[in-house]
Formats: sequence, C-alpha cells, structure tokens
Amino acid sequence: MNEIMRRLLFLPEQASTFAKDVDNLHYFVIIVTMVSSLAVGFTAIAFFWKYRRRHENQATPFVSPTPMFEVLAISVPLAFFLVWFAIGFRDFVRLSSPPPDAMDVYVMGKQWMWKFAYPEGPNSIGVLHVPANRPVRLLITSRDVIHSVFIPAFRVKMDAQPGRYTETWFTATKPGRYQILCTEYCGAQHSKMWGEVVVMAPAAFDEWIKEQQRGLVARQDVLADETSQVTPQGSLAQWGKQVAVYQGCLRCHNVNSTEPATGPSWVDLYQQPTKLTDGREIVADEAYLTESMMEPNVKVVAGYQPLMPNYQGKLSGPEAAAIVEFIKSLRSDRTVQATGGEE
Amino acid sequence: MTAPITTAAASPAGEVLPRKSYLNDGTTVRSWLLTHDHKRIAILYLVSVIIALFLGGVFAMVIRLELLTPGPTLIEALTYNRMFTLHGLVMIFMFMIPAIPGVFGNFFLPIMLGAKDVAFPKWNLTSYYVYLAGSTLMLWGLITGGADTGWTFYTPYSTTTATNIAPVMLGVFIIGFSSILTGLNFIVTIHTLRAPGVTWFKMPLFVWAIYATSIIQVLATPVLGLTTLLVAAEHTFGFGFFDPARGGDPILFQHLFWFYSHPAVYIMVLPAMGVISEVICAVARKNIFGYKMIAMSSLGIAFVGFFAWGHHLFTSGQSAFDAGAFAAISMLVGVFTAIKVFNWVGTLYKGAIAFTAPFAYICGFLFFLVFGGMTGVALATVSLDVHWQDTYFVVAHFHFIMVGAVIMGFLAALHYWFPKMFGRKYPENWGLLAAGLIVLGFNATFIPQFLLGNAGMPRRYYEYPERFAALNVASTAGASLLAFGFIIIAIYLAIALKYGEVAGRNPWGSRGYEWNVPSPPPTENFDAVPVFTRGPHEYQDVTEELAKVGHAS
Amino acid sequence: MQASAARKMTPEGWLEPPPLPHHYDTVENHQSALRFGMWLFLGTEVLLFAGIFVGYFVFRTYFPESFEQAARHLSVKLGTANTLLLLTSSLTVALAHYNAEHGKNRNAFWLIMASVAMGAGFLGIKAVEYTEKFHEGALPGKFFTFSEITAPGGPVFYVVYFFSTGLHALHVIVGMSLLTWVAVRCWRKEFSPTYYAPVENAGLYWHLVDLVWIFLYPLLYLV
Repeated sequence: MNEIMRRLLFLPEQASTFAKDVDNLHYFVIIVTMVSSLAVGFTAIAFFWKYRRRHENQATPFVSPTPMFEVLAISVPLAFFLVWFAIGFRDFVRLSSPPPDAMDVYVMGKQWMWKFAYPEGPNSIGVLHVPANRPVRLLITSRDVIHSVFIPAFRVKMDAQPGRYTETWFTATKPGRYQILCTEYCGAQHSKMWGEVVVMAPAAFDEWIKEQQRGLVARQDVLADETSQVTPQGSLAQWGKQVAVYQGCLRCHNVNSTEPATGPSWVDLYQQPTKLTDGREIVADEAYLTESMMEPNVKVVAGYQPLMPNYQGKLSGPEAAAIVEFIKSLRSDRTVQATGGEE
Repeated sequence: MTAPITTAAASPAGEVLPRKSYLNDGTTVRSWLLTHDHKRIAILYLVSVIIALFLGGVFAMVIRLELLTPGPTLIEALTYNRMFTLHGLVMIFMFMIPAIPGVFGNFFLPIMLGAKDVAFPKWNLTSYYVYLAGSTLMLWGLITGGADTGWTFYTPYSTTTATNIAPVMLGVFIIGFSSILTGLNFIVTIHTLRAPGVTWFKMPLFVWAIYATSIIQVLATPVLGLTTLLVAAEHTFGFGFFDPARGGDPILFQHLFWFYSHPAVYIMVLPAMGVISEVICAVARKNIFGYKMIAMSSLGIAFVGFFAWGHHLFTSGQSAFDAGAFAAISMLVGVFTAIKVFNWVGTLYKGAIAFTAPFAYICGFLFFLVFGGMTGVALATVSLDVHWQDTYFVVAHFHFIMVGAVIMGFLAALHYWFPKMFGRKYPENWGLLAAGLIVLGFNATFIPQFLLGNAGMPRRYYEYPERFAALNVASTAGASLLAFGFIIIAIYLAIALKYGEVAGRNPWGSRGYEWNVPSPPPTENFDAVPVFTRGPHEYQDVTEELAKVGHAS
Repeated sequence: MQASAARKMTPEGWLEPPPLPHHYDTVENHQSALRFGMWLFLGTEVLLFAGIFVGYFVFRTYFPESFEQAARHLSVKLGTANTLLLLTSSLTVALAHYNAEHGKNRNAFWLIMASVAMGAGFLGIKAVEYTEKFHEGALPGKFFTFSEITAPGGPVFYVVYFFSTGLHALHVIVGMSLLTWVAVRCWRKEFSPTYYAPVENAGLYWHLVDLVWIFLYPLLYLV
C-alpha cells in the first residue's frame, strides 16, 4: 500500500526513519485533499446538471444556511487541519531534536559545492559517507550566501546560512547512494550544486573511516580554503588548536586545567550547563560555542566581564568549527594531545 | 452565431448602444490620459495589466522551453536566472497585485456603492501613473542590469550579486506606492460615498472583498517598501544590514520580506473571490448562500493572513515553537477559505444555472482553489514542508492559487463585465472553448509540477537530474495549451469590442447594482442619487418581477 | 488644485470655498473623507518606519554594548534641541489649524512659516551631526572606521542610525514642502470655517513627522 501510494505520487524511495512518517502523513493529507476536491467538483457538476437553467424565466428560492451548516463548515475543516498540524508538529519536533549519541558531520555550503568534515577527519567535497541505522547530525553553515541541504530520499532539508550553524539529523535505513540538492537559489550554478550521501552498512562504514583517518596527518585538510591563515593538518580538533593559538584565544582561555582566567576554561566546557550573567542557564553546545565567537557579548558567563572580542569575519566557518571540535576534545578525564602548535 | 446568454432580460433584437457613455465622453488622447473618471482609469489599467500578463507569459514560456531538456536547451544559466526573476516580478507586481482591484475595483466600486466616482479621483489617476513609472523603472533595471535574484531577492545573494538590482528595488518601491494609493482610495470611498440604503450589509460582496484587500494593501505594502530600500542601499553602499560578515542578519530580511509578501497573496486572491461571489449569483440566478459568512471571512483572511508569514521560514532554522505557532495560524486561513467554498457551492443548490464562459471559469476556480488551498494547508503542516520547501510542489501550489484561482477570477470578471464595460457581448462559443483550453492547459501544466516537487526537484533549477525530464516535458506541453487559450481570448475580445452584439443594460439578468446603469455607463454613473430597493445578491422575487415587467431586472 | 482665481472674496475676508467635487453630496462628507484619507496615509507611514524600528530592536539585542557606546557618542544636546524644535513646530502647526478654521489666514500663514523655519532648523542641526559623523568615521557598514566603538556591531548601529534619521529627514523635507504650499494658500486667504482641510491634513502629516522623531530620539540618543 505504501509502495503504491509512493509511486503514484512520484515520491523518492524512503531511505531514512523519518521518511516513512512523513510519507504516511502525506498520504493522509493528499487523500483528503483529493477526496474533498473531487467532492466539491462533483457536487458542483451535479448541481449544475440538476439545477441548470431550463427556461428563460425560471425562478429560484431564497436559501440560506442553517446554523448547523455554518458550524459544520467551520468545524470539519478545522478538525482536519488541526489533526494534521498536531501530527506534523510532533514529527517536526522530532526532526529538530537530534539524539545525543548522533554522529556529527560538519557541512559547509559554498558556491557551488558541498564540503563535509567529520570531527575526527576525513574531509570531502561532494560526497558524504554515513553508516546505516545510526543517527547522524548535520551541522550546517555556509561560506557565502544562503544555500539549503536537501536529501529527498531522507525527506530532510535545512538551510545553510552564513554566519551561523543550523542543524538537522537523520538515521539512514538502506545502504545506497542518495542525491543531495541545493535548494535555496544561490546564483549561476545553483542547479548544479549537487552532492551525494553514500550510506554504508555500519561495519563497512567503521572500516572505511578508520582507513580514511590513517593517512590523515599528511593530507591537506580539504575543508580549508585559501583564506585560512593556519595551514590545517590532521584532524579538525588539531587544526582547531592551531587556530586558537594563532587567533589568541589561549590568552584568555585555559586548556590545561579547569581554572578560570580572563575567560572560562575550555576544559570540560562542552555540554556543561552554564549560568549566564542575566541569570539564564544554558548548555554550552556547538551553537553556543559558535555564538560566543561570533557574538560574544550576547550571552556572557556569570562571573566574567564582557570583554571578548568579536571574531565575525576573522574566523572562517571551518575554522570556527575546528575550534569547536578542539573544545569538545578537552576533557579533564583525558589528556590533551598537544601535537603541533605551541602555547 | 452566439448562443443566447440568459434570461428575457437579454437584449431583444434592436438594442442600441447609449449615445453618450464614458467611452466617447471626450475622444482626445488627452481626455483619456488625464481623465479623472474612475472608469477610464480602469481601462488604462486594463491595457497595462494585459500587456504585463502577456509579457510575464512570454517569460514563462521561455522558462518552460528551457526546461524541456535536463541540460542547457535554449539559453544559458544567467539568462535563465534572469527569466524567472522577470517572470515573478512582472507577474506579481505588474499584474497580480493591481489587476482585479485596478481594473474591476476601479470600474465598479463606485457604481456598486451608488457613487459617482471614488473618493479621490486625482489620486486615482496618480496611482496609475505611479504604477507606470515604477513598472518602467523596474523593467528597465531588469533589462539593462538584469537582476538574477528571483522575485524574493533573498540576502545575502541579492546584496552581493554582480547584477544591478538597485533600479529594480526602487521600481518595486514605486509600484508599491501605487498599491497603497489605490487601497487608500477604496477604503475612503467605501466609508464615505455609499448611497443611502447601501448599508454595510447591503454592499455587494465584491466590495467587501475589495475592502479587505485594500486594508492589507495599506498596512502591508509599506513594509515591503522599507525592505526594498534597505536591500537597494545595502547593495549599493555595502551597509551590512543583512550581511553576517558585517554583523547583519539575513534572516531579518526574510522576516521583513515575508511580512508583506504573505499578506500580498491575499491581496491577489481576495478580489478574485469577490468576483466569484458576484458572478456565481448572476449565472445561477440565485441568492448568495451565506452573505455574512462570505463577507466576514474576507476580513478574517485579511486579519489572520498578517500573522502567518513565518511558514515561509520553516527550514531556515527557526525554533520549533515559532514554526508551530505560524503553522497553526496558517491553518486558520484555510478554514476561512473553506467557509467560502461551501457557501459558493451552496449558492448553486436550487439555482438556475446557465452554463456560460463565466460559469466555466467559476468551475475552474472552485476546483483549483480547493486543490491549491488544500495543498497550502499541506505545506503549512510543518513536517511535510521540510520535504516540499523550495521544490516544485510549492511552485505548483502557488500557481494553482495565482493562476488557477486568481486568473480564473480575472477571466470570469472580464467576461461577466465585458458587456457592462463596453456595451457588447463576447462570442459565447469561443468563450467556452477558450475556458476549456485554459482549464485543461492549466491542469496539464501544473499537476506534473506537484509530482516534480514530490520527486524532489528544487525550484529555480536551470538544469536538472535526468529523472525529472518526463514530468518537465509534460508541464511544458500543458503550458503551450494554456498560452494558446489566452491568445484566443485576446483575439475574440478584441474583435467583440467593435463587432460584438449589443448587450443592453442587463444581459445576465443580474441583481448586482452595477446592472442598473446603462451599458456602457455614462461618465456620471447615475443621473440622480440612486436608491437600491434590494440587496445585490437577492433573486427570490424574480418570479413576481417577471410576471410584472416581463424581465428580471 | 482648485483655481483660487475663480473663487470670489467673501465679505468676511476669505475666499469662498472651492466648488464641492461632483461626487460628494455635502461639504462635511468631503472634509471627513479628506481627513480619513490622511489618517490612513499616516498609518502607512507608521508601518514604513516600523520595519526600521524592528531592525533597531533586533540589532540592539545582538549588540547591546556597541549600541550603548554609540549612543553615548551622539550629542544629547543637539538631539534635545531637535526634539524641542519639532515639538514647538507641532504646536505652531496646531495653532495654524485653529486659525485657519476660523478664517484667520494671515495668522495661519505666519504660524506655518514658523513651523517650516523650525523644520529647517531641525535639518540644519542634523546636517551638523552628520558632518561630525563623517569626520569621526562613524559611518554605516563598510565605511565604518570609528575606533571609539570597541564592541562589535558598530557599523550596524550606524546603518540603523543613518537609515532611520535619513528616512525621517526625507519626511521632514516632504512635510516642509506640504506646509509651504499650504502657507501660500493661506497667504491667498483660501481658508475659512467651511474649508480648512488642507491645513488640517498638512498639520496631521507634520504631527506624524514629529511623532516618529519622538520615538527615534530616546531610542537612539537616550537609552
């Protein structure tokens, strides 16, 4: 049944856990739409036939709706619309809430290509490898104008905006290759800004990524671009450390212990519940860490002065991502690998 | 041989055109170009919007021809990007927004209220020239610099693109001014110039629709004006209001833009709904099923429509709470529309329907409005929109409403009121043929686009993956049919202007107030202040009247 | 434009009112339509400025420090002077309306010209402020070189500042032109107890210009 409807409606294959839910609601909505359009159409035609003008001087009665008609006219459509709203909203909330154990991938849209980076490496252009049956979280940004990551087979889409990160997630269900299309008009080559998601069986993926990471240190980081002043090497976190040194972050932030300095320590910072100067409590996630670099004085940690300079325009998207990965890697129960770069 | 249109009120043999009417009251070019007569201004608008419709249609055909093959077909990418920008801007700002209010609103609003003109006739003329000036500037900018941003000119692409968008932005700003002036004029007219006896709930439903439209025009358009100025300034001077590299916020642009552009779609559709209310009563020769419901739902759509804009930002990373709020509000607009559809169908119940071209357009309108409207509700269902946003599903949805509903409404109005405006009938057989072509062509063009959207084809794609080819070819074929239909209409209406059968005062036997005056009306509309003895949508005493005077007035 | 040459002088000392447009039945109806139209138009102007106020609030939330710093660099003295000028000019315009309503055209003329002069004064002070900004480098977007503002968001503040005050200044100019035109008609003694709508409407427009400034001033200068 699902397959028939799917083909009838020209929907792509369902290759994620989300796709089935979306399609079921889609069928519900579209069937009601078709039925009601046809009902209105047939009623109109039936009325036209039955009440066609038979002679020149035909008269008509005065008919007006009963209160019950008015009540039904409002409540029946409203009931349907609200049911669809409820189901759709529930699914949307699910789509907006990546599970905590999701594997992160940084996605950067740039005219006119997609770049992907795993926190532990590797990086790639245009092709994203993911394991099946494991949740994957996409952290998306843009280098220039607004783009949008659209994977029709997963029923997933999220805009890529310059200056901020957006996120979405999926769990792919079937190994295979699925197209990524840019879906926010971005200029001359918008219609060629395609990519591909390669979904691999989990074991195959684990092997693949290990293989990729082996040759990493010697390889140039593909995510970098010419404007980065720090030549990236090795994993994203290692690159992030170099950028942090170069940009002077470590003058104010401690990376060796949890002791506060001019700014909060980065050790154990990731995902830590943090109290702000205005009393709010937030969690130091990727969004907050990035925001702290781009708009530092919007959310200041309690007990600190709003002194941090703004890195808007000074850090590229990938550099900011690299620093975030570096921060994530700083745990007091793990020693920090200090390869490359110095204090 | 034209089929008899309707009732005994149809022109008996020997009807002649009135000797003096607004058409020949002054025959110099100057008397037309500097007229204060709302009817002549309506004709000026009619000429302009028809040119705009054809211009926009040409751009649409170029787009569809280019999309015949997955790769480059006729033109290159930059040209294509300019084409869809041109198509969108010309159609929306030069046709859709001004057409029904500017032509039929201008022509009929005063007559329907028993007035001799609109509140401010000189501002009315001004609004026309402002529209011309803005259109000229916008077109000039599009042709010389060639904006390639799409009609939604999202930042930061629009503020950083090499094409020169400043004249286009200023052109849109100026056209917006015309829209504001028209809306303002209509609101004041409705409040202050109603003839005695025309109370609020005795006004024709077309007037209610225009009233709701004018409120939106007046309140929403200034925000677009500001936004176009900001974009033009940023593009020219690098201000950085919307540019993240300078601290700006591109999402702020989206909010400001859609705050106008969502109510704008109701500016486009409400007048068409008003037309349907008028025409359906006349062709079914029956009272409107639920007058108050239709009148109030127009206001309801206008009001709720102001709070729904965020549904254009579902995939922009907005919070789930915002998304939910906007989704719920968007659903309410659907309810108001459903109320209208039920009432229109109810009007057909126990009616005496004459199957004529206007009725054919009503049928098309009803089907397309329900289908297009329901797909709108579907799009407002947040989780579904994630898949559909910025794909051809959205394109199909809004074309169903804008072409399927609004242009059907425009054509229904054109055919219904052609006798009143020009004193002559159009050839009914050709009218029905063209209506059939248009309904068929429309379906053939846009239903494949829903399926393309389902399949995942994004908007504004110059080239596309192979698998989308068949549906694109189907859509282009339909578009050709649709274009053919429009051309046929243009031809027979032009011929009917001179050679159509003389219509007489009320060939439809309609109760609308405008049918009390001669066809075409005199410049002054009425000799004395009119007194309308019954509502404009009431037909129940037709039998007595027929017995008394031999024809329904 | 009603040709005042065709209108005769009445014994009370003002021209008889212009002929009623043919589609209005009474003078009251016509005057109330004119008034209503102007109020609607003022509504559109409020919405025009609303967008820039939204921008102000959005960016103030993003960049509170730089907005405060920048506000401190605006001259409260000059801003207050401008506010007083506009408030007073609104008063004179209101008085002009009262005078025109009573047919005292000459009084109305001088009162309106006083408003126009105060408007010019407003623009003069604005010119002084703008020149200062140019020299300081306190300019919007890519022209920003004002080192006194250390917090991020300085260029954005000046986009909001120049755009809102610039748009407002444009409206001041439009208002002054309207008032001047009305003043000329006062000089010609066109207004009377039965016909004074243009004075009222121009006055309403001027009050809007004043009102917008009343909101801009505290948001930009004081907070």
